[in-house]
Amino acid sequence: MAGNTINVTLKVWRQADEHARGAFASYSVKNISTDASFLEMLDVVNTGLEKEDKEPIVFDHDCREGICGMCGAVVNGVAHGPQSATTLCQLHMRKFKDGDTIVLEPWRSAAFPVIKDLAVDRTSFDRIIQAGGFISVKTGQAPDAHAMPVSKVNADAAMDAASCIGCGACVAACPNASASLFTAAKIIQFAELPQGDPERRRRVIAMVDQMDHEGFGSCSKHYECEAACPKEIKVENITKMNREYMRALVTRD
Amino acid sequence: MLDAKIPDGPMAEKWTRHKFNMKLVNPANKRKFNVIVVGTGLAGASAAASLSEMGYKVKSFCFQDSPRRAHSIAAQGGINAAKNYPNDGDSVHRLFYDTVKGGDYRSREANVHRLAEVSVNIIDQCVAQGVPFAREYGGYLDNRSFGGAQVSRTFYARGQTGQQLLLGAYSALMKETVQGNVELFTRREMLDLIVVDGRTVGIVTRNLINGQIESHTADAVILATGGYGNVFYLSTNAMGSNVTAAWRAHRRGAYFANPCYTQIHPTCIPVHGDFQSKLTLMSESLRNDGRIWVPRAADDARRPSEIPEEERNYYLEEKYPSFGNLVPRDVASRNAKEWCDKGFGVGSTGMAVYLDFRDAINRDGEETIRAKYGNLFDMYDRIVDDNPYQMPMMIYPAVHYTMGGLWVDYNLMSNLDGLHVLGEANFSDHGANRLGASALMQGLADGYFVIPYTLGDYLAKAGPAGIGVDHPEVKAVEEQVTARIDKLVNSKGKKTVDEFHRELGLIMWNKCGMARNETGLKEALKEIPELRNEFHENVNVTGSPGTFNQVLERAGRVADFLEFSEEMVRDALHRGESCGGHFREESQTDEGEAKRNDEDFCFVSAWEFKGVDKEPTLHKEPLTFDEVALTQRSYK
Repeated sequence: MAGNTINVTLKVWRQADEHARGAFASYSVKNISTDASFLEMLDVVNTGLEKEDKEPIVFDHDCREGICGMCGAVVNGVAHGPQSATTLCQLHMRKFKDGDTIVLEPWRSAAFPVIKDLAVDRTSFDRIIQAGGFISVKTGQAPDAHAMPVSKVNADAAMDAASCIGCGACVAACPNASASLFTAAKIIQFAELPQGDPERRRRVIAMVDQMDHEGFGSCSKHYECEAACPKEIKVENITKMNREYMRALVTRD
Repeated sequence: MLDAKIPDGPMAEKWTRHKFNMKLVNPANKRKFNVIVVGTGLAGASAAASLSEMGYKVKSFCFQDSPRRAHSIAAQGGINAAKNYPNDGDSVHRLFYDTVKGGDYRSREANVHRLAEVSVNIIDQCVAQGVPFAREYGGYLDNRSFGGAQVSRTFYARGQTGQQLLLGAYSALMKETVQGNVELFTRREMLDLIVVDGRTVGIVTRNLINGQIESHTADAVILATGGYGNVFYLSTNAMGSNVTAAWRAHRRGAYFANPCYTQIHPTCIPVHGDFQSKLTLMSESLRNDGRIWVPRAADDARRPSEIPEEERNYYLEEKYPSFGNLVPRDVASRNAKEWCDKGFGVGSTGMAVYLDFRDAINRDGEETIRAKYGNLFDMYDRIVDDNPYQMPMMIYPAVHYTMGGLWVDYNLMSNLDGLHVLGEANFSDHGANRLGASALMQGLADGYFVIPYTLGDYLAKAGPAGIGVDHPEVKAVEEQVTARIDKLVNSKGKKTVDEFHRELGLIMWNKCGMARNETGLKEALKEIPELRNEFHENVNVTGSPGTFNQVLERAGRVADFLEFSEEMVRDALHRGESCGGHFREESQTDEGEAKRNDEDFCFVSAWEFKGVDKEPTLHKEPLTFDEVALTQRSYK
């Protein structure tokens, strides 16, 4: 944990609103501590801009602990930046070298329109969940939690899939801007659990249809999503989702 | 005197009897009632989903881009429930008892008992929703122990319990936007409350994308807007967490209860630089296997591995042999501060203590420890660039949770007719200190199992409010909101919003933090109004109000923190006792432990707003303890 400082040049995508034409703006960032997080570096840049009475760079962020899924940008062509299994807020400046140029862009996908600068509209993800990413149990209907044992293997697999934070890095990383990894993670979480069984067929059809309807591309197995995923969700989930989908098509009631 | 409307009857029967005595809204009439729910964390999302399932028309609001981002998502450790699956002596009564004692006898007994009762239903509900709790090989749920308890009653989903519970509630909410009656408003911030003839009838919001000021009216309003920990600037809260919704409700007449009760969490990553924007918490569950220590010699500069066993001071184990490293949060935090203040702290700033897993790794193997805490160890490594499998972690306490909040009665309604407050935003269940794994329990208890009953009773009695958005009072509140925004934008000063926020945070941390005294609090009472005045004269809010303007968002929140903080300090000054997270230096035992004063302070302080720069009026709700005898807490 060396307390070094570095100088970097930032090239940031600035875009006033959804319909405006965007462009890269260049900022020179001096004496940034390598212990600062990437977003803290952006805070420093923004403070400088505010001091000059200029509008700071808009970027989404909230928990800064890598769990809320609100932050994210493409750093030098890589969603969430160079450190694997790490959200942008958990990336630290020690991963960069003095004199580096850092290019920063928003997630790019037709289904994620830019709102301003680095902030994008991800409500398409909510709509995929609305299509079937739930178990239809009303409050009060549940039996005792131990009424239905779940094997540890299935519970762990469900948890692996459920750890998705819905940040959208998978879409940003995919050459087709596919949301397959996000959609599969939710489908497989429920497919692994007995509680998810009654709606299994309806769920996969509805969610995959919604994903297509939102304008996300198809999966052609580039595996870029898995590489970018800060929670290390596996592409295997997409394979399982496809199997679920085929099974649902032939057995749909 | 405030009436908490606690039902009659023996403690264990109050809630059951109350449920029977409450009025019901018949199924056909439910769809005629509109309910606003602000916030989509555990309390807000669970309430909105449950009310929609029952048939009410619900509008759900959050300032994030999706309800799934609410800060409940960051809770790591777990959720308590009195299931007694491990067969180790747990019961509803024991959970109730532990929570009242853990809260240092400043919570409301009847509310806590209800919380313990419904805790078991929460687990059932979440499992049915597909929440992947940790399980044993037999397929049954695993439990672990947590601070302040001697039984294992905590259910968990790796180190991401809050995330999984929130995604469960979020999925129920998403289901209701399609199958039910929920209308979703994301990227909307509540900026004011609308009260007409004493009844709460709506809210005014700002659309964060285009700056539009919008009004929404309803028959009841529910605030589930979280805590105010960010008044300290540095806290473990999300950057957006704020007091605005609660403070605006307070300014409209809702009493604010016990604002000085804040929880300082013992296991956080220490502060390391001026640019720091937030603090990161490491789950308290780490204290199950990690041992906390400092060197026996002050200013010992050796690496921890070079310090032999006999020169390590495991101060919690020595001082509290029966609870050891699992003492409640306030006790653990205060002891860490004490040892650091005495010069025994470690790390570059001397403001840290070790949390050491060496013995646990030797005993159980690295794989077992990795399975339990892998994600936490990774997170620590990412932030600090140090490997906790080889080096002890360094930790220091940080502001984490606020027990104070808007005053509510047993039905979770504030003193303002129709305004209900759930989760961290209210005050009632945790007293002066919250036990670990209890916040998730309370948020979901309020949302899934309390408000669906008590709101029905309110609506059945109150009937429809019948106020539309064209009502003159609605327009008047809208104009006030617009005027406030214009004032901020037109200030055109020289300092940034964050500079003011940092200054406020330092005042609060130094003078109203882990330990407080009369002198410091009185200084803060002078400094805060000065800072507030300077803010309004000299803040610079760039950009225009009609756009996506994050500086303006923060400016509004900091403006409210600058008013709220003063009331918080006043409350701390007035409470001349130590209790739970509130440590008044003037009130301690000979051994330096917190000394409660039941004779003078066994009440809830509920403050009534009288104007900025005016002293608020104090209303008291006396606390009685029929089931759990008032004793000085001891964890020895």
